[in-house]
Amino acid sequence: MNGYSFLIFIDMKIIVLMKQVANKDAVLRIGADEKWINENDIAHQTNESDGYALEEALRMKEAKGEGEVVVCSLGPQSAKTVIKDALARGADRAIHVVAEDSKTLSPYQIANAIADAIREENADMVFSGLQSDDASYGQTGVILAELLGIPHATLVIEVDRSKLEGSVRIKRELESGWYQWFNYKLPALLTIQSGISQIRYASLKGIMAAKKKEIRDVTLPLENFASAQKIEKVYMPLKTKQTQMLGNGDAKAGAVELVEKLKTEIRVL
Amino acid sequence: MILVFIEHKNCVLNKTSLEAIAAAQSIGKDLGLKVSAVIPCDKDCALAQEIAQYDIEKVIVAKNEKLGTYTPDAYADAWEQVIKATEPQYIVMSHTYQVRDFAPKVAARLGREVVGDVIRYSADGGRLELTRRIFLGKLDADVTIGGDAPYFITFQSGAFRGDSAAEGSAAVETMDVQVGDIRMTAEDPFQEAKATVDLSKSQIIVAVGRGIKSQENIALAQQLADALGADLAASRPICDAEWLPIDRQIGSSGQTVAPKVYIALGISGAIQHIVGMKNANTIIAINKDAEAPIFDIADYGIVGDLFDAVPVMIEEIKKAKG
Ligand SMILES: Cc1cc2nc3c(=O)[nH]c(=O)nc-3n(C[C@H](O)[C@H](O)[C@H](O)COP(=O)(O)OP(=O)(O)OC[C@H]3O[C@@H](n4cnc5c(N)ncnc54)[C@H](O)[C@@H]3O)c2cc1C
Ligand SMILES: Nc1ncnc2c1ncn2[C@@H]1O[C@H](COP(=O)(O)O)[C@@H](O)[C@H]1O
Repeated sequence: MNGYSFLIFIDMKIIVLMKQVANKDAVLRIGADEKWINENDIAHQTNESDGYALEEALRMKEAKGEGEVVVCSLGPQSAKTVIKDALARGADRAIHVVAEDSKTLSPYQIANAIADAIREENADMVFSGLQSDDASYGQTGVILAELLGIPHATLVIEVDRSKLEGSVRIKRELESGWYQWFNYKLPALLTIQSGISQIRYASLKGIMAAKKKEIRDVTLPLENFASAQKIEKVYMPLKTKQTQMLGNGDAKAGAVELVEKLKTEIRVL
Repeated sequence: MILVFIEHKNCVLNKTSLEAIAAAQSIGKDLGLKVSAVIPCDKDCALAQEIAQYDIEKVIVAKNEKLGTYTPDAYADAWEQVIKATEPQYIVMSHTYQVRDFAPKVAARLGREVVGDVIRYSADGGRLELTRRIFLGKLDADVTIGGDAPYFITFQSGAFRGDSAAEGSAAVETMDVQVGDIRMTAEDPFQEAKATVDLSKSQIIVAVGRGIKSQENIALAQQLADALGADLAASRPICDAEWLPIDRQIGSSGQTVAPKVYIALGISGAIQHIVGMKNANTIIAINKDAEAPIFDIADYGIVGDLFDAVPVMIEEIKKAKG
């Protein structure tokens, strides 16, 4: 490591991508055009892994003692809820790429718009979630890294916060319980896996402080992208297995029937 | 032409690549396209002869000394050149963690994106329609890709059977590729300290998901497990929240189990969970959402509140056991 790298990172800047998605427990109804769900009266939340990405960014800033955490979300005005929550939890400011019809955008289009919105920030690190819980493209972060010309790592499950001098040492999750550490020169983009650390709640103080923080709205001409993937139709998955439904909607009656099955059909009692 | 990616570690095949071969052969048949396999390696890969036993046209070993250990930068450079040299229509891969890491980068470099984690496809009039699961498995989406070739597709593990890949004989060819600056260095892969519980030997598993709501409620699931003589397991969010230790996690990043009975309490049934337990003999799901994808693979289901069902189950089991 070179002798003055600490000078470069006194002002470490981390941009965190956060997406607003349908609440996990929301009952999904297919929209009239059958190309997405009807989002009108649905509860929303922050995409799960993005919450972890923010938490990791805040912890890195705290470990470093100084720096800036900037949240960036692309979506309709309603995505402000996600942004405000992030600011209340400790992010310093936000960039909102306002796009009312963001559900129809492909991952390349989203990444391209975000790249245009954040390129001049010259961040030391960009964090995204691993995957969005609605579209589940699993690639917006990786495409963004390529468009910004910076290296990336996916499925990051630990960051070595003791070593942050111009490079970063990160642990990636591989399949079936395997892991691997990688070293990256900064700048770099990391896609964060859920569970990297325990997420803090917004404090009352944080909520108050958030009111004074900057949210910069950006509207960009969303370019047409010829190679976009396009959803033609969404529908309920076809059932593959014959399931015996017990209790007919009455959980207690179902429990009684189930124990009977455990005894007579499944034979484990 | 279709290119199919062969994943390996030190020339040892990742078997899901055979599923990708089967997928590519199937698409090739439907669209009248030939299939070639691509193996990035730092030597004349020992795996090439093994892959040449399949019914494909060519095995291309993309060779460079920097391809010995996987890095996204080296793989992206290698793929970019293979694609430019061979001009494929389709690039087919299995949706492994490694592919998730580099495929979108290669695609983006060529001004494309990946249609990822596809579960099936149909070919009508030379045009593919690909089906992906969205909203954590709750909905299916039929997707088409616009623009010009190449088109990048990754298939979900299990979408095709590896043992159905047709055999034949292929020519092996080495393509020396240039690899530029690698901006990351890899240490050796490792496994975390051995899991203290080995759930792969469990006969009965009671698994809890986010539907359990709070750490205190884990005790209720434990009581059910005790009554049944079962082991307790969990979905990822429960382990992420540290309500149960990580060695209780079932799924693609946790343990793979095949007990006699698997009882899923408040688990929605996302694919990453299902891959870890779908081989259980009998799957039982209790979930208040009748549309939860876990019911697609369950043998028995109760639609309702687990907090109503579980205490009754514990009572009834005690009675049954006398
Ligand atoms: C690369 C990658 C790897 C992953 N690896 C894994 C893995 O190894 N293992 C894993 O499990 N996940 C893994 N995941 C996460 C996975 O995608 C899902 O997010 C996760 O499995 C969801 O867990 P869940 O079903 O407990 O929670 P949810 O999806 O939130 O489901 C909770 C369910 O509980 C039901 N419910 C709520 N309240 C009640 C009640 N009172 N009574 C009855 N039912 C109720 C709801 O209807 C819902 O269906 C991975 C994801 C990625 C992207
Ligand atoms: N509209 C968006 N706004 C902000 N971040 C996004 C958006 N879409 C995707 N991302 C980020 O990219 C990650 C991967 O998303 P996806 O490629 O859709 O699976 C998410 O976890 C977010 O961090």
